[in-house]
Amino acid sequence: MTREDIIKPENLVYKRTPVLTDATMHYCPGCGHGVVHRIIAEVIEEMGIQDNVIGISPVGCSVLAYNYFDVDFVEAAHGRAPACASAIKRLRPETFVFSYQGDGDLASIGCGEVVHACNRGENITMIFINNGIYGMTGGQMAPTTLEGMETVTCPYGRDPKIMGHTMRLTEMLAQLPGTYYVTRQAVYTPAAARKCKKAIRQAFENQKLNKGVSFVEVTSNCNSGWKMTPVQANKWMEENTLKYFPLGDMKVDGKFDPKFIERVGTFDQPNETIFSLRKK
Amino acid sequence: MAFKGALVIDTEKCKGCAVCITGCPQDPKCIALSKKVNAKGYNYLEMVNEEACIGCASCAVICPDGVIEVYRAKC
Repeated sequence: MTREDIIKPENLVYKRTPVLTDATMHYCPGCGHGVVHRIIAEVIEEMGIQDNVIGISPVGCSVLAYNYFDVDFVEAAHGRAPACASAIKRLRPETFVFSYQGDGDLASIGCGEVVHACNRGENITMIFINNGIYGMTGGQMAPTTLEGMETVTCPYGRDPKIMGHTMRLTEMLAQLPGTYYVTRQAVYTPAAARKCKKAIRQAFENQKLNKGVSFVEVTSNCNSGWKMTPVQANKWMEENTLKYFPLGDMKVDGKFDPKFIERVGTFDQPNETIFSLRKK
Repeated sequence: MAFKGALVIDTEKCKGCAVCITGCPQDPKCIALSKKVNAKGYNYLEMVNEEACIGCASCAVICPDGVIEVYRAKC
Protein backbone atom coordinates (compact mmCIF):
# COMPACT_ATOMS: atom_id res chain seq x y z
CA MET A 1 0.00 0.00 0.00
CA THR A 2 1.58 3.27 -1.05
CA ARG A 3 1.32 6.64 0.62
CA GLU A 4 -1.07 7.85 -2.09
CA ASP A 5 -3.43 4.95 -1.38
CA ILE A 6 -3.64 5.88 2.29
CA ILE A 7 -4.12 9.63 1.89
CA LYS A 8 -7.79 9.67 0.96
CA PRO A 9 -10.66 11.54 2.62
CA GLU A 10 -12.28 8.34 3.92
CA ASN A 11 -9.09 7.39 5.80
CA LEU A 12 -8.75 10.74 7.60
CA VAL A 13 -8.44 10.34 11.38
CA TYR A 14 -7.08 13.68 12.48
CA LYS A 15 -7.18 17.14 10.94
CA ARG A 16 -6.71 20.69 12.23
CA THR A 17 -10.16 21.91 13.21
CA PRO A 18 -11.79 24.68 11.11
CA VAL A 19 -12.71 26.54 14.34
CA LEU A 20 -9.05 27.62 14.46
CA THR A 21 -8.10 30.22 11.86
CA ASP A 22 -5.24 29.72 9.42
CA ALA A 23 -3.04 32.25 11.25
CA THR A 24 0.30 30.92 12.50
CA MET A 25 0.34 31.19 16.30
CA HIS A 26 2.86 33.57 17.81
CA TYR A 27 3.64 31.21 20.70
CA CYS A 28 7.16 29.86 21.18
CA PRO A 29 7.80 26.39 19.70
CA GLY A 30 6.44 23.70 22.03
CA CYS A 31 4.24 26.00 24.13
CA GLY A 32 1.24 24.39 25.83
CA HIS A 33 -1.01 27.30 24.81
CA GLY A 34 -1.18 25.99 21.24
CA VAL A 35 -2.38 22.56 22.37
CA VAL A 36 -5.02 24.03 24.69
CA HIS A 37 -6.25 26.38 21.95
CA ARG A 38 -6.63 23.44 19.62
CA ILE A 39 -8.41 21.35 22.26
CA ILE A 40 -10.91 24.16 23.00
CA ALA A 41 -11.52 24.64 19.27
CA GLU A 42 -12.11 20.89 18.83
CA VAL A 43 -14.58 20.85 21.72
CA ILE A 44 -16.45 23.82 20.19
CA GLU A 45 -16.55 22.02 16.84
CA GLU A 46 -17.75 18.73 18.36
CA MET A 47 -20.51 20.44 20.35
CA GLY A 48 -21.56 22.45 17.28
CA ILE A 49 -21.67 25.74 19.20
CA GLN A 50 -19.36 27.83 17.02
CA ASP A 51 -22.09 30.45 16.43
CA ASN A 52 -23.07 30.57 20.09
CA VAL A 53 -19.84 30.88 22.07
CA ILE A 54 -17.97 33.92 23.37
CA GLY A 55 -14.41 33.70 24.64
CA ILE A 56 -12.60 36.16 26.89
CA SER A 57 -8.88 36.50 26.31
CA PRO A 58 -6.57 37.78 29.06
CA VAL A 59 -3.46 39.90 29.15
CA GLY A 60 -0.35 37.75 28.87
CA CYS A 61 1.01 35.41 26.23
CA SER A 62 -2.49 34.46 25.14
CA VAL A 63 -3.61 38.08 24.69
CA LEU A 64 -3.88 37.50 20.94
CA ALA A 65 -6.05 34.38 21.31
CA TYR A 66 -8.84 36.16 19.38
CA ASN A 67 -6.70 35.93 16.24
CA TYR A 68 -6.68 32.14 16.37
CA PHE A 69 -10.28 31.23 17.20
CA ASP A 70 -12.99 31.68 14.60
CA VAL A 71 -15.53 32.57 17.33
CA ASP A 72 -16.59 35.80 19.04
CA PHE A 73 -14.00 37.11 21.44
CA VAL A 74 -13.62 39.90 23.98
CA GLU A 75 -10.27 41.11 25.26
CA ALA A 76 -10.50 41.99 28.96
CA ALA A 77 -8.31 44.28 31.06
CA HIS A 78 -5.51 42.61 33.01
CA GLY A 79 -6.97 39.95 35.31
CA ARG A 80 -10.56 40.98 34.67
CA ALA A 81 -11.63 38.15 32.36
CA PRO A 82 -13.90 36.46 35.00
CA ALA A 83 -15.72 39.76 35.62
CA CYS A 84 -16.17 40.27 31.88
CA ALA A 85 -17.34 36.68 31.42
CA SER A 86 -19.85 37.05 34.29
CA ALA A 87 -21.41 40.09 32.64
CA ILE A 88 -21.68 38.43 29.24
CA LYS A 89 -23.19 35.27 30.71
CA ARG A 90 -25.74 37.22 32.74
CA LEU A 91 -26.84 39.21 29.69
CA ARG A 92 -26.83 36.23 27.33
CA PRO A 93 -27.62 33.14 29.42
CA GLU A 94 -28.01 30.91 26.35
CA THR A 95 -24.50 31.67 25.08
CA PHE A 96 -21.54 29.49 26.05
CA VAL A 97 -18.93 31.72 27.70
CA PHE A 98 -15.36 30.76 28.51
CA SER A 99 -12.49 32.77 29.95
CA TYR A 100 -8.92 31.86 29.11
CA GLN A 101 -6.19 33.07 31.46
CA GLY A 102 -2.58 32.46 32.36
CA ASP A 103 -1.20 32.27 35.87
CA GLY A 104 0.09 35.83 36.05
CA ASP A 105 -3.31 37.10 34.97
CA LEU A 106 -5.51 34.76 37.03
CA ALA A 107 -3.48 33.91 40.14
CA SER A 108 -1.79 37.26 40.70
CA ILE A 109 -3.38 40.33 39.15
CA GLY A 110 -6.89 38.97 38.81
CA CYS A 111 -6.90 36.89 41.99
CA GLY A 112 -9.79 38.87 43.50
CA GLU A 113 -11.89 38.64 40.34
CA VAL A 114 -11.55 34.90 40.00
CA VAL A 115 -12.24 34.19 43.68
CA HIS A 116 -15.41 36.28 43.65
CA ALA A 117 -16.62 34.97 40.29
CA CYS A 118 -16.22 31.43 41.69
CA ASN A 119 -17.87 32.42 44.95
CA ARG A 120 -20.87 33.91 43.12
CA GLY A 121 -21.15 30.67 41.17
CA GLU A 122 -21.34 32.23 37.71
CA ASN A 123 -22.31 29.69 35.08
CA ILE A 124 -19.12 29.97 33.02
CA THR A 125 -16.12 27.88 32.01
CA MET A 126 -12.69 29.07 33.11
CA ILE A 127 -9.50 27.77 31.55
CA PHE A 128 -6.37 28.49 33.60
CA ILE A 129 -2.95 27.86 32.06
CA ASN A 130 -0.36 27.47 34.82
CA ASN A 131 3.27 27.59 33.75
CA GLY A 132 4.67 29.05 36.96
CA ILE A 133 6.08 32.20 35.39
CA TYR A 134 5.16 35.48 33.70
CA GLY A 135 5.98 34.32 30.18
CA MET A 136 5.17 37.36 28.06
CA THR A 137 7.17 39.93 29.99
CA GLY A 138 10.32 37.83 30.09
CA GLY A 139 9.99 35.21 32.83
CA GLN A 140 9.39 37.01 36.14
CA MET A 141 8.28 35.24 39.31
CA ALA A 142 4.55 34.51 39.58
CA PRO A 143 2.56 33.33 42.63
CA THR A 144 2.67 29.82 41.15
CA THR A 145 6.48 29.75 40.80
CA LEU A 146 7.83 26.71 42.64
CA GLU A 147 9.99 27.09 45.73
CA GLY A 148 13.64 27.17 44.70
CA MET A 149 12.80 27.76 41.04
CA GLU A 150 15.02 30.33 39.35
CA THR A 151 13.39 33.16 37.42
CA VAL A 152 14.53 36.58 36.23
CA THR A 153 13.32 38.29 39.43
CA CYS A 154 14.51 35.55 41.79
CA PRO A 155 17.81 34.47 40.23
CA TYR A 156 18.84 32.51 43.35
CA GLY A 157 15.60 30.58 43.47
CA ARG A 158 12.30 31.43 45.14
CA ASP A 159 12.80 31.71 48.89
CA PRO A 160 9.45 31.27 50.70
CA LYS A 161 10.73 33.26 53.68
CA ILE A 162 10.90 36.45 51.62
CA MET A 163 8.73 35.76 48.59
CA GLY A 164 5.90 33.69 50.02
CA HIS A 165 4.76 30.19 49.24
CA THR A 166 3.74 28.70 45.95
CA MET A 167 0.03 29.25 45.52
CA ARG A 168 -2.29 26.32 44.85
CA LEU A 169 -5.13 28.48 43.59
CA THR A 170 -7.16 25.66 42.09
CA GLU A 171 -7.29 23.81 45.43
CA MET A 172 -8.45 27.08 47.00
CA LEU A 173 -11.22 27.59 44.44
CA ALA A 174 -12.40 23.99 44.80
CA GLN A 175 -13.39 24.80 48.38
CA LEU A 176 -15.75 27.59 47.33
CA PRO A 177 -19.41 26.60 47.14
CA GLY A 178 -19.92 28.31 43.75
CA THR A 179 -17.70 25.92 41.81
CA TYR A 180 -19.31 22.88 40.23
CA TYR A 181 -16.40 21.21 38.44
CA VAL A 182 -12.73 21.79 39.31
CA THR A 183 -9.91 19.81 37.79
CA ARG A 184 -6.22 19.99 36.95
CA GLN A 185 -4.94 18.60 33.67
CA ALA A 186 -1.79 18.73 31.53
CA VAL A 187 -0.98 18.48 27.84
CA TYR A 188 2.59 17.18 27.78
CA THR A 189 1.84 13.65 26.53
CA PRO A 190 -0.79 12.33 24.09
CA ALA A 191 -2.61 10.56 26.95
CA ALA A 192 -2.68 13.72 29.09
CA ALA A 193 -3.87 15.81 26.13
CA ARG A 194 -6.73 13.37 25.46
CA LYS A 195 -7.75 13.47 29.14
CA CYS A 196 -7.57 17.26 29.08
CA LYS A 197 -9.91 17.33 26.11
CA LYS A 198 -12.44 15.23 28.03
CA ALA A 199 -12.20 17.62 30.99
CA ILE A 200 -12.70 20.71 28.82
CA ARG A 201 -15.63 19.05 27.07
CA GLN A 202 -17.17 18.34 30.49
CA ALA A 203 -16.56 21.94 31.54
CA PHE A 204 -18.44 23.22 28.48
CA GLU A 205 -21.27 20.68 28.86
CA ASN A 206 -21.76 21.83 32.48
CA GLN A 207 -22.89 25.24 31.24
CA LYS A 208 -26.13 23.63 30.07
CA LEU A 209 -26.90 22.65 33.69
CA ASN A 210 -26.56 26.18 35.13
CA LYS A 211 -24.94 24.91 38.33
CA GLY A 212 -21.83 27.09 38.72
CA VAL A 213 -18.27 27.62 37.61
CA SER A 214 -16.41 24.89 35.73
CA PHE A 215 -12.73 25.47 36.29
CA VAL A 216 -10.00 23.64 34.36
CA GLU A 217 -6.38 24.27 35.26
CA VAL A 218 -3.88 23.09 32.65
CA THR A 219 -0.33 22.70 33.94
CA SER A 220 1.84 23.85 31.08
CA ASN A 221 5.46 24.52 30.30
CA CYS A 222 7.25 27.75 29.40
CA ASN A 223 10.38 26.61 27.66
CA SER A 224 11.58 30.14 26.82
CA GLY A 225 11.04 31.38 30.37
CA TRP A 226 12.56 28.28 31.92
CA LYS A 227 15.49 28.46 29.44
CA MET A 228 15.08 24.88 28.20
CA THR A 229 14.21 23.09 24.98
CA PRO A 230 10.53 22.13 24.64
CA VAL A 231 11.26 18.44 25.30
CA GLN A 232 13.44 19.24 28.34
CA ALA A 233 10.78 21.62 29.67
CA ASN A 234 8.10 18.92 29.48
CA LYS A 235 10.40 16.52 31.31
CA TRP A 236 11.22 19.13 33.97
CA MET A 237 7.52 19.82 34.40
CA GLU A 238 6.79 16.14 34.92
CA GLU A 239 9.57 15.82 37.52
CA ASN A 240 8.99 19.04 39.47
CA THR A 241 5.77 20.92 38.76
CA LEU A 242 3.51 17.88 38.82
CA LYS A 243 4.78 16.94 42.29
CA TYR A 244 3.52 20.21 43.74
CA PHE A 245 0.52 20.46 41.39
CA PRO A 246 -0.72 16.86 41.05
CA LEU A 247 -3.12 16.16 38.19
CA GLY A 248 -6.68 14.99 38.67
CA ASP A 249 -10.22 16.05 39.50
CA MET A 250 -10.85 17.99 42.69
CA LYS A 251 -14.58 18.52 42.44
CA VAL A 252 -16.96 16.68 40.11
CA ASP A 253 -20.68 17.49 39.93
CA GLY A 254 -20.37 19.81 42.90
CA LYS A 255 -18.90 17.10 45.19
CA PHE A 256 -15.31 16.74 46.36
CA ASP A 257 -13.31 13.89 44.91
CA PRO A 258 -12.28 11.54 47.80
CA LYS A 259 -8.66 11.56 46.60
CA PHE A 260 -8.62 15.35 46.79
CA ILE A 261 -9.80 15.39 50.42
CA GLU A 262 -7.07 12.90 51.27
CA ARG A 263 -4.47 15.03 49.54
CA VAL A 264 -5.48 18.31 51.20
CA GLY A 265 -4.76 16.68 54.56
CA THR A 266 -1.14 16.13 53.54
CA PHE A 267 -0.39 19.76 52.57
CA ASP A 268 2.73 21.27 54.12
CA GLN A 269 2.04 23.39 57.14
CA PRO A 270 3.06 27.08 57.04
CA ASN A 271 6.64 27.80 57.94
CA GLU A 272 6.68 28.43 61.69
CA THR A 273 9.67 30.78 61.54
CA ILE A 274 7.88 33.28 59.30
CA PHE A 275 4.90 33.46 61.59
CA SER A 276 7.03 33.87 64.72
CA LEU A 277 8.93 36.73 63.02
CA ARG A 278 5.74 38.51 62.06
CA LYS A 279 4.39 38.37 65.62
CA LYS A 280 7.32 40.48 66.83
CA MET B 1 -5.77 -6.58 11.57
CA ALA B 2 -3.01 -4.22 10.78
CA PHE B 3 -3.27 -0.55 10.18
CA LYS B 4 -1.06 1.63 8.14
CA GLY B 5 -0.84 5.34 8.53
CA ALA B 6 0.39 8.36 6.68
CA LEU B 7 1.01 11.92 7.79
CA VAL B 8 0.62 15.16 5.89
CA ILE B 9 2.77 17.82 7.54
CA ASP B 10 2.32 21.53 6.99
CA THR B 11 6.06 22.23 6.88
CA GLU B 12 5.66 26.02 6.66
CA LYS B 13 3.75 26.19 9.97
CA CYS B 14 5.90 23.66 11.82
CA LYS B 15 8.14 25.26 14.46
CA GLY B 16 10.37 22.24 15.02
CA CYS B 17 9.67 21.89 18.75
CA ALA B 18 10.04 18.07 18.55
CA VAL B 19 7.32 17.48 21.16
CA CYS B 20 5.50 15.22 18.68
CA ILE B 21 8.57 12.97 18.35
CA THR B 22 8.38 12.13 22.08
CA GLY B 23 4.71 11.24 21.55
CA CYS B 24 5.39 8.68 18.79
CA PRO B 25 4.95 5.16 20.29
CA GLN B 26 7.00 3.36 17.62
CA ASP B 27 10.64 2.38 18.06
CA PRO B 28 12.47 3.60 16.01
CA LYS B 29 10.34 6.74 15.73
CA CYS B 30 8.43 7.35 12.50
CA ILE B 31 9.11 11.08 12.52
CA ALA B 32 12.21 13.26 12.93
CA LEU B 33 13.29 16.82 12.37
CA SER B 34 14.58 17.53 8.89
CA LYS B 35 18.00 19.00 8.21
CA LYS B 36 16.30 21.48 5.88
CA VAL B 37 14.62 24.62 7.21
CA ASN B 38 11.35 26.34 6.31
CA ALA B 39 10.83 30.03 5.52
CA LYS B 40 10.95 30.94 9.23
CA GLY B 41 14.21 29.09 9.78
CA TYR B 42 12.89 26.13 11.76
CA ASN B 43 13.98 22.54 11.11
CA TYR B 44 10.57 21.19 10.22
CA LEU B 45 9.15 17.73 10.87
CA GLU B 46 9.34 14.94 8.30
CA MET B 47 8.59 11.24 8.14
CA VAL B 48 11.67 9.04 8.25
CA ASN B 49 10.20 5.61 8.93
CA GLU B 50 7.03 5.58 6.83
CA GLU B 51 6.62 1.81 7.03
CA ALA B 52 6.20 1.81 10.82
CA CYS B 53 3.44 4.46 11.08
CA ILE B 54 0.15 3.02 12.33
CA GLY B 55 -1.82 6.28 12.14
CA CYS B 56 -2.42 6.49 15.91
CA ALA B 57 -2.47 10.33 15.80
CA SER B 58 -0.43 10.58 19.02
CA CYS B 59 1.88 13.09 17.36
CA ALA B 60 -1.05 15.16 16.13
CA VAL B 61 -2.84 15.47 19.49
CA ILE B 62 0.18 17.08 21.18
CA CYS B 63 1.28 19.28 18.27
CA PRO B 64 0.96 22.86 19.60
CA ASP B 65 0.49 24.26 16.12
CA GLY B 66 -1.78 21.60 14.64
CA VAL B 67 0.38 21.03 11.59
CA ILE B 68 -0.07 17.25 11.38
CA GLU B 69 -2.91 15.61 9.44
CA VAL B 70 -3.26 11.86 10.00
CA TYR B 71 -4.67 9.19 7.66
CA ARG B 72 -5.14 5.54 8.56
CA ALA B 73 -6.09 2.61 6.33
CA LYS B 74 -6.75 -1.08 7.01
CA CYS B 75 -4.43 -3.45 5.23
